[in-house]
Amino acid sequence: MDFGKVDINDPALFESLGFKCGLEIHQQVATEKKLFCHCPVGLTKRRHDAEILRHMRPTLSELGEYDGTALMEFKTKKEVIYRLYRDRTCTYEMDDTPPFLVNQQAVDYAIQIALLFNCKIVDEIHVIRKQYLDGSIPTGFQRTMIIGVDGWVPYKARKITITQVNLEEEACREISDIGHVITFATDRLSTPLVEIITGSDMRNPIEAEEVCRLLGNSMKITGLVRRGIGTVRQDVNVSITGGKRVEIKGVYKVGNIRALTAYEALRQKGLLELQEKFNRQFPVPASISYKEDNLTAIFSGAGNTIGRRLESDQPLKVVALLLPGLAEYITTPLQPNWNFGSELMGRIRVIACIDSKPNLFFYSRRRQYDIPDRKWQECQTSLGWREKDDIVLICGPSADVATAINEIKIRIAELAQGVIHETRQDMKDGTTDFERILPGPDRMYPDTDHPPVRITEERVTANRGKVGEPLWEKQARWAKMGLHQEQINALSLSPFVGAFEQLAAEIPGKARRAAHLCTALMVALHRQGFVSRRPGNSEILNIFRTTLENDLPYRQVKNLLLAEDSGEKQVSADNGKLTSDAFEKVWRYAEKAFSGRTTENHRNKLRRFVVGQLLGRFPADLREILSRVDSQLSKAK
Amino acid sequence: MNSDALKGYKGRAKEVLQSLGGRVWANVVLKTDAGEFEGVILPRSETADGDHIVLKLKSGYNIGIRADRIQEIKETGYKEAVYKIPEKEFPVSPNKPSVTLLGTGGTIASRLDYRTGAVIPAFTPGELYGAVPELADICNLETLKLFGVFSENMGPEQYKALAVEIGRQIEKGVHGIVIGHGTDTMHHTSAILSFMVQNSPVPIVMVGSQRSSDRPSSDAAFNLRCATFTAGHSDIAEIMVCMFGPTSDEYNLLHRGTRVRKMHSSYRSTFRTIGDIPIAAVTPELVTPIKTDYKRRRQDRQVDIKPVFEEMVSIVYYYPNMRPDIIESLIDNGYKGIVIAGTGLGHVNKPLYPALKRAHEKGIAIYMTVQTLWGYVQMYVYDTGRDMMELGVIPAENMLPEVAYVKLGWVLAQTTDPKKVREMMLSPIAGEITEREPFDGYLILQGGLPEVERFLGQYHR
Repeated sequence: MDFGKVDINDPALFESLGFKCGLEIHQQVATEKKLFCHCPVGLTKRRHDAEILRHMRPTLSELGEYDGTALMEFKTKKEVIYRLYRDRTCTYEMDDTPPFLVNQQAVDYAIQIALLFNCKIVDEIHVIRKQYLDGSIPTGFQRTMIIGVDGWVPYKARKITITQVNLEEEACREISDIGHVITFATDRLSTPLVEIITGSDMRNPIEAEEVCRLLGNSMKITGLVRRGIGTVRQDVNVSITGGKRVEIKGVYKVGNIRALTAYEALRQKGLLELQEKFNRQFPVPASISYKEDNLTAIFSGAGNTIGRRLESDQPLKVVALLLPGLAEYITTPLQPNWNFGSELMGRIRVIACIDSKPNLFFYSRRRQYDIPDRKWQECQTSLGWREKDDIVLICGPSADVATAINEIKIRIAELAQGVIHETRQDMKDGTTDFERILPGPDRMYPDTDHPPVRITEERVTANRGKVGEPLWEKQARWAKMGLHQEQINALSLSPFVGAFEQLAAEIPGKARRAAHLCTALMVALHRQGFVSRRPGNSEILNIFRTTLENDLPYRQVKNLLLAEDSGEKQVSADNGKLTSDAFEKVWRYAEKAFSGRTTENHRNKLRRFVVGQLLGRFPADLREILSRVDSQLSKAK
Repeated sequence: MNSDALKGYKGRAKEVLQSLGGRVWANVVLKTDAGEFEGVILPRSETADGDHIVLKLKSGYNIGIRADRIQEIKETGYKEAVYKIPEKEFPVSPNKPSVTLLGTGGTIASRLDYRTGAVIPAFTPGELYGAVPELADICNLETLKLFGVFSENMGPEQYKALAVEIGRQIEKGVHGIVIGHGTDTMHHTSAILSFMVQNSPVPIVMVGSQRSSDRPSSDAAFNLRCATFTAGHSDIAEIMVCMFGPTSDEYNLLHRGTRVRKMHSSYRSTFRTIGDIPIAAVTPELVTPIKTDYKRRRQDRQVDIKPVFEEMVSIVYYYPNMRPDIIESLIDNGYKGIVIAGTGLGHVNKPLYPALKRAHEKGIAIYMTVQTLWGYVQMYVYDTGRDMMELGVIPAENMLPEVAYVKLGWVLAQTTDPKKVREMMLSPIAGEITEREPFDGYLILQGGLPEVERFLGQYHR
């Protein structure tokens, strides 16, 4: 496929592939404390106070089987380091204390969000353990619970299903993952978050992005959730006809969803094409006659990437593996700048923990490396290379190389299945890389540390009373007021939405101008670093009100806001007319600032300063300002 | 319908299940006034209320549905879940030591029990091999389940049976013995075994887990590997407790059975040697001795088993304002021995004196220990101490209160002659009384101090 020619904004292309997408939105809720302990929520920039080291082992699920993901992650045998912070973590996060009873504020917030999305609230909450063996949670499982099921949100002329609203604890922040050691910060761990799961209802990448935005903004506008970088992230499920559900984990930018889902759909299309070819060529994958040879001697001391890598402190090994008849597969593009060889590299990075870049050297890609042709010729000779074969060189600790060879064979055999049920990570450029095999429902089992929590009808009713008007209804109402779409979008995200609603109600007929003040103007000023964006500031509301009532020009509003921001509070009462109070205040400040400096030069500077300050705020009163300043100056003489 | 089909259900929920034909493990569609729910009916914890039915949804989540809402139950399938660790035959190799794991219950190896919502033990070598395959690299393992009781239900009957079985295993020729035990009273059992089993030629290692083995972060596998390694390969022929050193998965400590105590309700590194240093550190590959004065492994099969216990012994944890009726009731109920955990150097208040005097006159053995845990009883420093000794209260040196308790029970089962009792109580058998307390036998580092914070920044604790 030529990715240069693909238009990811073409809905018809994806609808013809049978594109289906579902979303899982993880949004932190704005509680003071964590979900299962009493630590304060929030990240820290401080250095950690201590570290502990753990390992994860797969365990039996309640249905008596080891989980596929669990076993795979056990293969990787990682040492897990947790960083501890005195002000953010206690022994609960260390998994050295059982959970305290679930944070009831978080439960109420989650109920409100579930109600917002028209869910039915469960009668009894059961805390469940969802296994994660990647080390991101010290217990090895995330505590999670269903709050609501079976909801919906309106989108275009249809309903998008909300299958589940869960309340769960946040995992750790990954600091690094090098070789067999993975390091996590525990400050974020156990922050309460709601998980909103939609049906696979989105039919093209644009819908995926739009619905994600709608759900995210609907929660933000409630004030029940945390805002800012890292407080929300998405898992995106994509499949096409004949493909399988693939989960792209941890997408922070909603803006990336369009490209991510589009390229994933196309990757699946590519894999399905490879599947057909592979099944014809290799009806019995187990009979592929791989050949391997230990070529450490050839490369040791050599002046190329592999030779230099061998100079490491630990003993490393170089093995060449012949991939018979597979060169064409390795070079088949599946994503922009990403072919099946890259797919193997991702798998090896995760499973065999070989993470130097590149971790596999393909003969078919030999122009990308500094390995001279005669080295490749030696490989070819030793393995009996023929046209259409590929060779892959693997360099690493002996045990990891063995794991890698095994895994390459597994992944190639999986070509027969087309698309593999797996999770992938967002590479931030629209492409994805392998993360792990997607676990099935087996990885869940009841949390025996926490009793069920009964949710009474009274509690649901009380929470229903607190759920405000849903965003989509607000948006419809705003549209009726005459706001254009861009303003509606901006307002949906604006912290000043409350101010807008108040102004629109008080001063009818000026909704568009009010929206402009609350969105574009505030954003512009904020970008310039001037205005503190405190939505609760009644002075800002007063300034907006004055502006709307008196039809003040844009420049004047801006000046009023700047003055307000610099802490001069008297501006609004005078409706933009210079008052003695305002004058006195600026004068006193100037006197202080220029005190002791009495030369003519300084007096001129003082005069210019005062006039400049006041003129910004009272541009219509230039004469008045000048006469007052001069009279003060003559008095001061 | 058998009772298992309604496992754990009671009240309204049970009625609804019965009348609408629902049963545990059935795949069902529940029709309710709030819509339809599809999933598997799970057993209910017996401690939970009788109003809800637990359903496992397709997504793997469980929810409780109020029984009153349910209008119809349509069964679409049935599959009973089997809680079974994959069982594989434990491989035997001739050059590996033989180790017997004696099971008492507890959480060393466990699986989930829906009836109580708790964990239940799982045990055979095959199951253990399925769960911890690394054990096969360490030893040839045999297992023997003696009882299935939780730690708090261990008592004299189990102590005796355990001691007798240890004797049998030693005679049989095993290279080492591991005892799986719940952690709550592990130090009681390790202490009593130190008296009931004397001069063992092989290591006897007690092990448990602080995080149940049903979780990925469990300490059970590591503990078991360290314990079997110690039993099979170390030259320390003592009764020991083998549990996490730091809370990190780095190494375990081997604590002498009479000097060890569980010191935290939930930490992995809960077991600490009190008033001394641990015998050794151990990983699944290496035992590193810390002390040198331990008893060495022998090739003979000699061991002294003395499985006796007088149950009419009590331990009294003194508190200010304690009334004499506590002691009186012990006297009136026919107790033969009392261990007091006194304050400071070993004190109780004056109002108790007449009762103590009467107890002594009745022939009840009274021994004083300290609730500070660290340090010796010293009853000469204050008059009150001397007064008490005159009443017949005998200072028990630096024996830990629980250790003094089990030892007194063991001694009184052998003699009631106060002189002999005293002689046996105060002659150390297995390190329960030490002549010296080393300078590093009491180290509770206080967090927050700069030097401790530096230490924590440097080492995984």
